[in-house]
Amino acid sequence: MPFLVLSNVSKSFGPPEARTEVLRDVSLTVEKGEFVAIVGYSGAGKTTLLNMVSGLLRPDSGSVTLNDLEITGPGPDRGVVFQNYSLLPWMTVAENIALAVDQLFPNWSASKRAQHVDHHIAMVNLSHARDRRPSELSGGMRQRVSVARALAMEPQILLLDEPLGALDALTRATLQDEISRICLESGKTVLLITNDPDEGILMADRIIPLSAGPGAILGPAIAVDLARPRDRKALNHDPRFKSLRSQIVSWLLGPGGRPAVSVSRKLVLPDIEPEDLDQPRPMIGGRRAPRRRSEERRETVELPS
Amino acid sequence: MNKLRRIQWDALLMPMVGVVLSLLAWQLVSGRVVQKVQPDGTMEEVKSGLVQDLPGPIQTWEKTSKYIVEPFAKREELDQGILRFTWYSLVIVAKGYAIALLLGTPLGFLLGLSKNFSKMFDPIIQVLRPVSPLAWMPLGVVIFANSGRSANELAALFTIAVCAMWPTVLNTAVGVRAIPQDYLNIARVLKLSRTKTLFKIMIPATLPYMFTGYRLSLGIAWLVIVAVEMLTGRIGIGNFLWNEYNNGLYTSIVLCILTIGLVGFLLDRAMSLLERRFKSAI
Repeated sequence: MPFLVLSNVSKSFGPPEARTEVLRDVSLTVEKGEFVAIVGYSGAGKTTLLNMVSGLLRPDSGSVTLNDLEITGPGPDRGVVFQNYSLLPWMTVAENIALAVDQLFPNWSASKRAQHVDHHIAMVNLSHARDRRPSELSGGMRQRVSVARALAMEPQILLLDEPLGALDALTRATLQDEISRICLESGKTVLLITNDPDEGILMADRIIPLSAGPGAILGPAIAVDLARPRDRKALNHDPRFKSLRSQIVSWLLGPGGRPAVSVSRKLVLPDIEPEDLDQPRPMIGGRRAPRRRSEERRETVELPS
Repeated sequence: MNKLRRIQWDALLMPMVGVVLSLLAWQLVSGRVVQKVQPDGTMEEVKSGLVQDLPGPIQTWEKTSKYIVEPFAKREELDQGILRFTWYSLVIVAKGYAIALLLGTPLGFLLGLSKNFSKMFDPIIQVLRPVSPLAWMPLGVVIFANSGRSANELAALFTIAVCAMWPTVLNTAVGVRAIPQDYLNIARVLKLSRTKTLFKIMIPATLPYMFTGYRLSLGIAWLVIVAVEMLTGRIGIGNFLWNEYNNGLYTSIVLCILTIGLVGFLLDRAMSLLERRFKSAI
């Protein structure tokens, strides 16, 4: 039985007269314990897709279910690692994680909760920075705190929203290995959003490309059948790695690169019906009223790509 | 090392030079009393100078040193050391300021949190905000006219609170609106209760803005106290200033102005230190 199911999800933003369709008819299933990466262009709607799983956004149409339960709002069963870390700057590393732990496990004893916090700090190798504030940490360390916080929530699924996007290449590489190791050890279901095909191949079991928006759609899923743990130095010369990457990139640059353009706009039909000159002109008011008021209509035009 | 010495040099000496230059300018424009020999041989005192009635710095020191040398002395009700007068004023300012913060902070939060509340009350606030303390004061007197002996004090508190509240209200509202959505998303994912979201996330996130408001409010409260004391006749530095004006002792007026300025400056420094502490925590 599939664990996470998105079926025919569409989402648009903006006021009705200038609506932009971000996602169109997106369907996706993720099995329990699977690590799925969604790779796509910046601004294509990857974060929107993830936010509908996290429940921060609701789809306009279609449904998102986790364990056969419809997702109607955010909840701690889905641990989110946000792109910009989202740590509270006035709290230390331990306090940031404790905020989540204390909220979610009120029945535990205080010592058990403290132990749970320390365990997760140790898991991301930050025990030495336990009492530092986020402003005293590097970007990579902050993101590790964010991962630790998400895992400390003991979620059913981990949602990673471009977690390494703001990091330099070397830190990024280290963290990719570290996060894949942690996720693998925890056996959690993971949904990773990224704009880097290599990152997807290195970390995920399955990669699904997302086309360029507006109106982004998911491309064909590509299974990553590389053995774990994956060694990035060896992979660089692995023919299988190269062919996976070329599959993803050629879909993204080919069929997925041309956005399906549709323009939707509001039309105003003016009140142009001719005046009825047979009617006598009213003495007061002067002007003959038109028979029909101006009328608003919506028009959507699909442009060939 | 060289640089450090230079910074201290600049930080201490340059203001000193500024003070000396200002004193010189003051001395130059201030009035003097000159002895003049009349044609009939008698001596007469004649005022001269650019601003004849403005006492110069030396004259001011000579006439007012008794207030400064014994700053906490209490000789008579209206003849006390300058810091004693200042202390009376500070006490009433502290009370009015506390009321302003207690009213202003929650009001600011409501404005920041609710668009509708903001739409309803923002125009009223914008109208009330620029009203001078001199205009509020009579209203305060009328409202608390029947409060017996504390009527004056209540009117003063009312005026200080009403005038000093607005920067706190507006800055808090701005701060609440500026809370990053990320922080609120954390609250949503964790399903924090409303109270917990308020105390764990919203208030800490707004604190730097609130303290900017608090600092501006304190400045206004200190500004208002002088006007309030002049009008109500409460003992304090503003009242002292007004009495000495009525007595024609202009040197005391200069002393009061300098004291009020100095105290205001120190209050602002203290608040800005606090403010920086909270900003650095973020």
